Amino acid sequence: MAEMNMLHAINDALSIAMQADKNMVVFGEDVGHFGGVFRATSGLQEKFGRDRCFNTPLTEQGIAGFANGLASNGMTAVAEIQFADYIFPAFDQIVNESAKFRYRSGNQFDVGGLTFRTPYGGGIAGGHYHSQSPEAYFTQTPGLKVIIPRNPEQAKGLLLAAIRDPNPIIFFEPKRLYRASVGEVPAGDYEIEIGKAEVVKSGTDITLLGWGAQMEILEKAAVMAEKEGISSEIIDLRTLSPWDIETVAASVKKTGRLLINHEAPLTGGFAGEIAATIQQECFLSLESPISRVCGLDTPYPLIHEKEYMPDELKTFEAIKASVNY
Amino acid sequence: MSNATLTNETVHRVSFLDKASLHIPILKILQADGTTYENAVMPVIDKALAERIHDTCVFTRVLDERMLSAQRQGRISFYMTCTGEEASIIGSTAALDDGDVILAQYREHASLRYRGFTTEQFMNQMFSNEKDLGKGRQMPIHYGSKELNYQTISSPLATQIPQATGVAHAFKLQGKRNVAICYFGEGAASEGDFHAGLNMAAVLKSPTIFFCRNNGYAISTPTEEQFAGNGIASRGVGYGMHTIRVDGNDMLAVLAATQQARAHALEHNAPVLIEAMTYRLGAHSSSDDPSGYRSKEEEAKWEQHDPVKRFKLWMINKDWLNEKDDASAYEKYREEVLNAVKVAEKVPLPHIDLLITDVLDKPTPALEKQLADLKQHIKKYPKSYPKSAGRI
Repeated sequence: MAEMNMLHAINDALSIAMQADKNMVVFGEDVGHFGGVFRATSGLQEKFGRDRCFNTPLTEQGIAGFANGLASNGMTAVAEIQFADYIFPAFDQIVNESAKFRYRSGNQFDVGGLTFRTPYGGGIAGGHYHSQSPEAYFTQTPGLKVIIPRNPEQAKGLLLAAIRDPNPIIFFEPKRLYRASVGEVPAGDYEIEIGKAEVVKSGTDITLLGWGAQMEILEKAAVMAEKEGISSEIIDLRTLSPWDIETVAASVKKTGRLLINHEAPLTGGFAGEIAATIQQECFLSLESPISRVCGLDTPYPLIHEKEYMPDELKTFEAIKASVNY
Repeated sequence: MSNATLTNETVHRVSFLDKASLHIPILKILQADGTTYENAVMPVIDKALAERIHDTCVFTRVLDERMLSAQRQGRISFYMTCTGEEASIIGSTAALDDGDVILAQYREHASLRYRGFTTEQFMNQMFSNEKDLGKGRQMPIHYGSKELNYQTISSPLATQIPQATGVAHAFKLQGKRNVAICYFGEGAASEGDFHAGLNMAAVLKSPTIFFCRNNGYAISTPTEEQFAGNGIASRGVGYGMHTIRVDGNDMLAVLAATQQARAHALEHNAPVLIEAMTYRLGAHSSSDDPSGYRSKEEEAKWEQHDPVKRFKLWMINKDWLNEKDDASAYEKYREEVLNAVKVAEKVPLPHIDLLITDVLDKPTPALEKQLADLKQHIKKYPKSYPKSAGRI
């Protein structure tokens, strides 16, 4: 195992996948020689040639439409949208096209070989056009899978699985952790199962559920709660669509309490979906209302980022409120 | 390297360009009486190809006429004709290899027929029965056939344009000698997807043929309210691609232009834009009534340019067809289509289990549970769900 940051892990995954699949291409704005604004695709053009790792014009809807066409004609397409904030020009191509290719054609055509990679989330003083978490827009669209890793090891294994999954995938990368998250990453090729949550830490009093960069926040809050004698079970959902109801429900039946944390605004956020489902599955086991610690219903702010964030202190307070309900 | 492709001429007083600066001629080969223009350079065409084109024209006319009336009788919910645009659609498709992928907008069923889609397959789609290749998931006319390299129609406008760039790019990367052709109307050329798709194809060098049917109207909106420039062709030049404007009611001109466009696309790995000047003789769709926005005189004028009639006269002049055989071809297809309607409307509808397949490659547990719950509900109230209740 080698120690690497999340960008290196992603780069490693792309390189391994391209080596194994001659039909795989990587493209997007600045991803060619420059290696992407975050350098996730560094060195790929040198290694695999300009035909397989290349720049596109600045057109998210074009990139998505082009990716659909490539994937519909036998290619493995990995498209980078430079920031998740800029995925909206591509929204129609993703939601109406990528997601429906298979269904609308009666499985004659599909774009299963397509993966969109895009950096999401705040904590980098990026203001609202470099900080959004738009995952919920896509979880409501049947036909897409939505994945968010939390550390380098997860990023590599989940990305390799995503590229090879026979369905179109949106892979959100927590940009705050690109360089900040460093850890042991297995060498070589491995995959992490899509659609499966991971119990990161077991506990008995409350289930803390999150994904991506917020997993760090949950871990910090759990340490604070531990000092108050509260034992937290921590789950990383990893795949938001389709999500692992079974693992979450089993945990909540054990602990009797659930707290969900996400960076995206509260209203219409994915936590609402989880809360409704878990309430249905675990009603008789619940000791307190399901708690949501989320972003405010405002655009992502610049100067009040710290106040906006669903941080460990807010999470800690919500844990205590739930346990003492 | 930056801006290396720009011209370097300089001037020393302010001088603007406008749409009149572009001189875009229109290619015409076939005249209204079925003779060709003097000195016209002919496309590659023999008797067999001409007969296949003519047969497709006749079938399409009959299908459009019969299905529009089936829609009026309430037998199908929706229909769109391509009447008046047959030369644009069939002439271009006839220039392609069967391995070239077609990404149509919605009005190009004649292309599918040219490739061999059967009358029964058309009906199965329109009646959404269990033999529909699309499993009854889309409105009538949203055909698709993997076997015939005709991608399934998507309702959102212009989305197929950047996809065509991607399809063509895949061929290039795979080393296959094929192109993608993408059809759209002049209205669709206002969408962002048009600009994204053309620019990407030009920059990335994808062998794509962008085929604009400039047919005068986007639903009810005439071209004057769609663009202010020199048609759609001027944009092809602007994006840096080979561009041609053709008489879209002239089968031979469209065939010639598309044959050469294909050769250019393959030889240079480059896109080509074709703007076919034509006219939508029918309504936009069965939900539209053109009498509200255009005159009978205008329609009558365009009927004089009927592309099917013009091509028929050319074949008769060449002694490749006679009036009697032409008339009996119409008769044959009228009977065939009517019979096919009667058969297709009796075929059972797709099974309810297909409601959850093909969303992803495999239904999720959540989706399976939703279907199981739905079936329980239908069993409880079978009279309220007559289409499914008998077959659970």
